[in-house]
Amino acid sequence: MTGSGTVTVLFFAAARDAAGTAQLQLPVPEKVTLAQIQQQVLRHAGGLQPLQSLLLWAVNNQYALPATTVQPGDTVACFPPVSGG
Amino acid sequence: MPVIHLTDQPLDYTAITESVRDPAAGAVVLFLGTVREFTAGQQTEHLEYEAYREMAESSLKQLADEASARFPIVKTAIVHRLGVLQLSDVAVAIAVSTPHRAQAFTAGQWLIDTLKQRVPIWKREHYTDGRVLWQHPVAVADSAAGQSEAT
Repeated sequence: MTGSGTVTVLFFAAARDAAGTAQLQLPVPEKVTLAQIQQQVLRHAGGLQPLQSLLLWAVNNQYALPATTVQPGDTVACFPPVSGG
Repeated sequence: MPVIHLTDQPLDYTAITESVRDPAAGAVVLFLGTVREFTAGQQTEHLEYEAYREMAESSLKQLADEASARFPIVKTAIVHRLGVLQLSDVAVAIAVSTPHRAQAFTAGQWLIDTLKQRVPIWKREHYTDGRVLWQHPVAVADSAAGQSEAT
């Protein structure tokens, strides 16, 4: 069913400023882990590297851990600690 | 169903409060988060809020569901404003109704504290000296006066 395709990566707030873009499309072979996506993102958007230890990640609108599975069609989000309220 | 809403418009906190009144409730607590002028000696000119809307909405729904599992809540409403806000504007309104008053205070406190930890919304401070900074807990902890009261 799955095959190669792309994963959409969204950036918000200070992460968007540091990445220099609001969105990336990453080609992925099939199922990968969020950790693999994170490595690709940090290579594509080197400006994020100084923020690396702060960044929070979500897959399909849920906070996710590095071991979380990501597949083509999924939406990953990358952002700094939240400050609403 | 809890009232959950993100909006660019000023919050109608009277309507938000009315939405949680119910014959089963003996108490309604309304919390308003408002734009403060001075934080750790720095003067705010205005603020901007940005959200990851889709996740923020689902995250607020989860928050309301979790609060209902923890506390005897009759009704909940959570509304957060986005975009540009001026001093004293209302950024967030949380209204909760419960059978008795202590539960309403506890549930309201839990909701705002947990919202601030989890929901993907960010605040950008525009200071009177021209600086513009995204706020997050690390920047706040770095400030002289700070900690959680500063956010």
